[in-house]
Amino acid sequence: MLKYTNDHEWLRMDGDVATIGITPFAQEKLGDLVFVELPGVGMKLSKGTVAATVESVKAASDVYAPVSGDVLAVNEKLTGEPGLVNADPTGDGWLFKMKLADVAELDTLLDERAYSALTTSH
Amino acid sequence: MAALPTTGELKRTPLHALHLRLGARMVEFAGYEMPVQYPSGIIKEHLHTRAAAGLFDVSHMGQIVLRARSGHLEDAAFALETLVPSDMLGLPLGRQRYTLFTNETGGILDDLMVSNRGDHFMLVVNAARKAVDEAYLREHLSDSCAIEPLSDRALIALQGPQAESVLAEVAPEVRTMSFMDVRTISFFGVDCGVSRSGYTGEDGFEISVPAKSAEALCEALLHNLAMAPVGLGARDSLRLEAGLCLYGSDLDETITPVEAALAWTIPAVRRVGGTRAGGFPGAETILKQLADGAARRRIGLKPEGRVPVRHGATLYRAEHDAAPVGVVTSGGFSPSLNAPISMGYVPCDLAKLDTRLFADVRGKRLPVKVSALPFVPTRYKRS
Repeated sequence: MLKYTNDHEWLRMDGDVATIGITPFAQEKLGDLVFVELPGVGMKLSKGTVAATVESVKAASDVYAPVSGDVLAVNEKLTGEPGLVNADPTGDGWLFKMKLADVAELDTLLDERAYSALTTSH
Repeated sequence: MAALPTTGELKRTPLHALHLRLGARMVEFAGYEMPVQYPSGIIKEHLHTRAAAGLFDVSHMGQIVLRARSGHLEDAAFALETLVPSDMLGLPLGRQRYTLFTNETGGILDDLMVSNRGDHFMLVVNAARKAVDEAYLREHLSDSCAIEPLSDRALIALQGPQAESVLAEVAPEVRTMSFMDVRTISFFGVDCGVSRSGYTGEDGFEISVPAKSAEALCEALLHNLAMAPVGLGARDSLRLEAGLCLYGSDLDETITPVEAALAWTIPAVRRVGGTRAGGFPGAETILKQLADGAARRRIGLKPEGRVPVRHGATLYRAEHDAAPVGVVTSGGFSPSLNAPISMGYVPCDLAKLDTRLFADVRGKRLPVKVSALPFVPTRYKRS
């Protein structure tokens, strides 16, 4: 079960560890990615701060931390293959993993149905 | 993710329905709803244009007819020369020329193409500037010229090494045209204005076609598998690789033609000592810069890493300098080179090839190197 943000990120929970990426809707809107800047492992991120930057041919877009916590891992494969985000945004194209500081923050996120309603109203 | 683009109340080109049928993603550009890309995506569209041929809808651009009230084209040429620093009097019949509207301080109001069509000049101006340009022409040239914007015409660009062979299937005579030639050619019985030019660095054509015939012409051209529709996204990456300026980014009212490395648009006849020297807005400043040099210059930049260095990034002489020495005006990713590329302005002493500078990207100082323009060799069909 994925959780979503209004800013087109997804989270997959495994205990108190979240894997985070951008949604298929977002990657399609952005178009071909050519560079992904990832946070440093060990960085503390507060919810809503810039965690990563994804760059398409046309523009750079910030990816915000959907929750607060520590960065546990980043997807190093994206350095050489940023296009993985386009090809498989919720799988091999994940961006980073975080250990949650406050599990209650998950309640602020959208479920599949709410997110789908958000993207179809666009 | 930051806010994603949306479309509001926007103008449409005559090819709007075709774009939707082709699955285009539409975005706002200069007040128009335009295709930024089709389903294959910007990188594939870009590479297809370099390898085969791309079809671009550039109907948002302004097409303006300039006609001398006297009936003599020469009078329109003299009038136009009061606004641009190029040789309009010497522009032969059936030829096109790139030039600039300059302002009183020597800055650039717009860049444009001018064609000699025999009984009139045809001007093609930037979409975002066409209302301003039209008002400007009326203000300054109305006494001697009639100014007629063409609103019932589409403009289609065919670009790439196979553009000629695709277009020649419909009208074989296009093969006899050279770079910057302009002619009236009939496609399926419809007269169109055709120039052998474009905005990608490739050989190609731009076709001014009556709005009601535009879609059928495009569909016929797209039947050829060498020809793929290409959106504004790839148009921008193609022109950047070719080292071509985008008005509003690389050119504006504060940048002179000399600074912009566009002094080649000013021929000897309009320079000091020429028979029609000066006589255009800002001539004093521009002619002085031609003689003495300008303080800054447009250059190409290659970032050393993979991070694109985009419009607005400041440039520094040394990694930890506080004060910037220049700015990036266009930047992004080059699909042909599979690397980031940029253009920007720096002081002339830093404009030498291979000079190492630093660009600020999201608070980090990244090394970039002054690089020759164009980034990708142009392939115009010169006679």
